Amino acid sequence: MLLFIEQCLNGLQLGLLLFLLAAGLTLIFGIMDFVNLAHGSLYMIGAYFAATFAAMTDSFVLGALLALIATFLVGVVVEMVALRRLYGRDHLDHVLATFGLILFSNEMVRLVWGPEGRNLALPSWLNTAIEIFPGVYYPTYRFAIIVVALAVAGFLYVIVMRTRIGMLIRAGASNREMIGALGINIKLLYTLVFGIGAALAGLAGLMQTPILTASIGMGENILILAFVVIIIGGIGSIRGAFIASIFVGLIDTVGRAFMPDLLKLFLSQAAASTAGPALSSMLIYLLMAVILVLRPEGLFPAAGNR
Amino acid sequence: MAETLLHIEGVSKRFGGVTASENVSLVVPAGELHAIIGPNGAGKTTLIGQLTGEITPDAGHIRFADADITALPTYQRSTLGLARSFQITSLFLDMSVLDNVALAVQAHDGHSFRFWRPARKQESLRAPARAALARSGLASRADVPVADLSHGEHRQLEIAMALATRPRMLLLDEPMAGMGPEESARLVALLRELKKEYTILLIEHDMEAVFALADRISVLVYGRVIATGKPDEIRVNPEVRRAYLGEKDVVARHV
Amino acid sequence: MTPHLTARNAFIAALVLALFLVPVYAVWIGNNFVLSLFTRIVILAIAATSLNLIMGYGGMVSFGHAAYLGTGGYAVGILAFEGVTSGFVQWPLALVVSGAIAFVIGILSLRTRGVYFIMITLAFAQMIYYVAVSLNRYGADDGLTIYRRSQFGGLINLSNKTVFYYLCLVILMGSIYLVWRIVNSRFGMVIQGSRSNDRRMRAIGFPTFRYRLACFVIAGMICGLAGVLLANHTDFISPAMMHWTRSGDLIVMVVLGGMGSLFGPTIGAVALLVLEEALPYVISVAGRVVTGHDVATAKEYWQLILGPMLLLVVLFARGGIDGLLASLRRG
Repeated sequence: MLLFIEQCLNGLQLGLLLFLLAAGLTLIFGIMDFVNLAHGSLYMIGAYFAATFAAMTDSFVLGALLALIATFLVGVVVEMVALRRLYGRDHLDHVLATFGLILFSNEMVRLVWGPEGRNLALPSWLNTAIEIFPGVYYPTYRFAIIVVALAVAGFLYVIVMRTRIGMLIRAGASNREMIGALGINIKLLYTLVFGIGAALAGLAGLMQTPILTASIGMGENILILAFVVIIIGGIGSIRGAFIASIFVGLIDTVGRAFMPDLLKLFLSQAAASTAGPALSSMLIYLLMAVILVLRPEGLFPAAGNR
Repeated sequence: MAETLLHIEGVSKRFGGVTASENVSLVVPAGELHAIIGPNGAGKTTLIGQLTGEITPDAGHIRFADADITALPTYQRSTLGLARSFQITSLFLDMSVLDNVALAVQAHDGHSFRFWRPARKQESLRAPARAALARSGLASRADVPVADLSHGEHRQLEIAMALATRPRMLLLDEPMAGMGPEESARLVALLRELKKEYTILLIEHDMEAVFALADRISVLVYGRVIATGKPDEIRVNPEVRRAYLGEKDVVARHV
Repeated sequence: MTPHLTARNAFIAALVLALFLVPVYAVWIGNNFVLSLFTRIVILAIAATSLNLIMGYGGMVSFGHAAYLGTGGYAVGILAFEGVTSGFVQWPLALVVSGAIAFVIGILSLRTRGVYFIMITLAFAQMIYYVAVSLNRYGADDGLTIYRRSQFGGLINLSNKTVFYYLCLVILMGSIYLVWRIVNSRFGMVIQGSRSNDRRMRAIGFPTFRYRLACFVIAGMICGLAGVLLANHTDFISPAMMHWTRSGDLIVMVVLGGMGSLFGPTIGAVALLVLEEALPYVISVAGRVVTGHDVATAKEYWQLILGPMLLLVVLFARGGIDGLLASLRRG
């Protein structure tokens, strides 16, 4: 039971990190109609920045803040130099160009930081455990991740539901004329949205670093998970991304932890230990397949985004 | 009276709070050219969508040639002989004119799981395609890429493709849209020829063309059919006049 | 269409001739590396050709095509591991399994369009990747060495490098011929029509889904065959065969060479892999010139150049190399 609660919290934590990535992806897709494969690279860059800045300033929090700003700036520069030329083009063009960007940023990171991973040490006040229920301890840092990500989610919710820009996002995406008609500087808005998406990805990356260390290519697997999330949630929908993130995070984590034991109830020991890992790594994709059959547009398709 | 080809019975469709079709009933006998007119937002597009199967009605039935097609997928309606031309030109832009029509022929030839023989050399596809092109006045443009055609020629090609499916009924969605007077006149002449052979349902804004061509006209306003009758009856119908009051002068001139 | 002597056709003829002469060149310079490199190129060209069938002609941008490469490879590797080395069993089985997987993925993902399709094919390929990673019996992450290549009795000896190269090349030419027949057939007309305007296709009476699905399965099977060859070439299988970046590489080959052009994927495969070999060399020479001494690690960074190059291709050369060649005639 203790293990189950812990795994659920871990699942929630993974889900919220996924949400930070998926929210950026879905915003960028929803507003600019742009498919950004290189979103995972921003996640990686955020992690490396945090490791470096924390080492330089000797402060975890300061390092994290500087890394956020730096990732935001990287996003802004990449958008202005390269990606904005691709808006309105075929999605295949986006895929190719951002695939090139992934190769580039992986090599760039290797060149700047070297092939070894980077660690990010936690300050002692985060490196403890707190008692969440009587007798149930959970690492303070993991708990902090949950709190920070929930706060960001709440902030995004307010922006999307309460502001004019948010209204445009909800109204259903990539409607240049409408945005122009409201007198908003489109170019600036697009750059800003991309930068915010980058910062969100960087935040997810840097928060993950104390647990998993920063390494080259770290953003790619989680990016594909984020894709699964927005397919399930419905492209362009922040709410869908949130619900699907939590769903995917929980199912993946809890499934991996308990699937082999669960199978032992039905199968022989040997069969269960063979099928268990395979099946648990398939779980979220099976979930995606089922949802696709039932709702090809995802759970919460954004309005007008067909 | 000729046999009924298309029978729409009490079809209704709502989108959220908007009623796009309200208890629409319509009978088109074989051989008739039936026109549907109505102001913008009257629900003409929704009606077409329900006839072609892209929108499923909430209530009511659509019968075509004695078969209930209300819930039939688009491609099967086409197989039954209901051919449609699109309001916004919808063609295969990167193929040649003849290839476009040949595809329509092939659709009704029923043998498309053939992987080997070059389709462009099959006379059974090419000959009917050329015939349909000749019929719609595009014979000389057969080998031109569709993207290079003029707007008027696109509309002609739309009709050629509809003809190539050997339809029992043509569903023409604003074929005159965006045409100059000369092009329009040519198309009216073509339609006058075609109505001798085909049953046609014509949705059109160009009143001049409608009143010149139609055997009967139905007027659609706010999703309802407010009148159906011969052109002369429609012209003097007070309800129609009221509905069109304040609409474009074009209408007032002809109604 | 009768072939004309254009820059493009001359280039393609020269390329095919060069591919046929690679073993001769390898013997001449007494270096087997070239033969091995080009065997790899030819095999990946087969995979790219199959991707071109669905992507270039059918408009189905699959970002998970390497999954079939892995499926074909694993079919050979697993059977060999279990003691079944006969190619007469391995190869047909590999094709059937690749086709079956393509069928299931296709049925689920062809219901969707555009971006959804790209992401879903990527996700399913990733799922198959993770399944391979979790196969502990067959080496999991580390993969599996194949000790005997597929046996075809005395018919053909795949262990002879030259014979194997020519077999791959013949299969490549066969695949290109097959794709040529398919795209010009009635079936191919439907596929291309549905790329161009799927809605209209349905309006004139085509149930396009089943044609697109059939096309997707055919492409999956051809790519599965490439996987069979790749496993025999490297005598090794591992999940890396179907890493998602491999799917990306295949897309790059198709676009770099020219989408919807018969020889485009082959041109792209040659260009990309030769670039992969040549760029590090260029970088190390440039490094020596700039810094005045050898930069030992510089040549590892070739993707630093490839990445931005892709961006430039997207921005300025959408038709790929084949498109450039074709425009030579017109321009």
